[in-house]
Amino acid sequence: MYGFDYHRPGSVADATSALGGADDGKYLAGGQTLLATMKQRLAAPSDLVDLGGIADLKGISVSGGTVTIGATTTHAEVAASADVQGAIPSLAALAGDIGDRQVRNAGTIGGSLANNDPAADYPAAILALGATVTTNKREIAADDFIKGLFETALEEDEIITSVSFPAPTSGAYMKFKQPASRFALVGVYVAKTADGVRVAVTGATSHAHRGPRLEAALNENFSASAVDGVEIPVDHMNVDIHAGAEYRANLVKVMAKRAVEACG
Amino acid sequence: MPTVSMTVNGKAVSADVEARTLLVHYIRDHIGLTGTHVGCDTSQCGACVVHVNGKSVKSCSTLAVQAEGADVATIEGLANGEELHPMQAAFKENHGLQCGFCTPGMVMSAVDLANNMKNLDEATIREQLDGNICRCTGYHNIVKSIKDGAERMGG
Repeated sequence: MYGFDYHRPGSVADATSALGGADDGKYLAGGQTLLATMKQRLAAPSDLVDLGGIADLKGISVSGGTVTIGATTTHAEVAASADVQGAIPSLAALAGDIGDRQVRNAGTIGGSLANNDPAADYPAAILALGATVTTNKREIAADDFIKGLFETALEEDEIITSVSFPAPTSGAYMKFKQPASRFALVGVYVAKTADGVRVAVTGATSHAHRGPRLEAALNENFSASAVDGVEIPVDHMNVDIHAGAEYRANLVKVMAKRAVEACG
Repeated sequence: MPTVSMTVNGKAVSADVEARTLLVHYIRDHIGLTGTHVGCDTSQCGACVVHVNGKSVKSCSTLAVQAEGADVATIEGLANGEELHPMQAAFKENHGLQCGFCTPGMVMSAVDLANNMKNLDEATIREQLDGNICRCTGYHNIVKSIKDGAERMGG
């Protein structure tokens, strides 16, 4: 890892000014991706602005059927939260199955979303649940937040402050894990919401995305058998040593069926 | 260089280190506690697991500066003099180690698990041990040790 200057601001305003004063600074949340990337010298920021000391960014609250999670809340905290378990059990379960126990004790929801790994779990959660990402500048609907491979709507100095999830009627996330990294080879989140069925897929393509064909079929007939007739396009599927395009496309259907069954 | 201070195994420690110093190197090279191991250095193997403010983390994936002011526990802090911690005793008696390289991380993860989850069954232990790799044992005796150790700890 190359050297850098370290800053630990106590407020969001101090964090943005620290980043503004840096040549090529980056925000640090849990560090479970960024530090590994820096160790490999794939990233070499001049400055790290650690968001871990900002109390305003932590915590979970529930109000009027909406769960709001502070950006630096860890995956372990989301998984263990009685509020999240009560309002959106599928979201608590998703958080409890990210990485391993030690990664869950350090990694944060804001860090995961800002990084937007193509195989991360939270991007699927915000899309399926129709969440709103709140930053120090604005509110961004999930559908506008995810832009591409490791690409989001966030500007360089923008900080996610919290994420709000409206509770669905029911929901389930099913993930086929790459057994070494525990990232999703394919993960599918199905949610029955006030606006109909929403389906989000992660791990399959360059970034998490909604599944319009699956949504159409499930809005007509919410059953695992409805998934059988859906054609999943293979053109944009990720291909790597773990899985080819056809295999991943098939996994999308298998995970979607399991998620529908788990929704009940 | 930043001065980084924290509590390690109940003792206040301080060292001037570069900001890029990982917590594991701070503990091993600057504080001189070498029980915490560097296995893979890529956050896979868990040989470097320590507790930071009561939670198990991988000290190879944490900067020392992030732990400024924190309460850190390492494998050296578990035993009470010559008397092994119940989890260490369980590993010893159940033959939960062979070469021993992964053991400090295994034991620290196991103690965190036993502290935070009650009535641990085998499936839960295996699932929660996802972040610790052992190349010798095949895990059976490690899982057995953790179940026994958790019971000795009152779980």
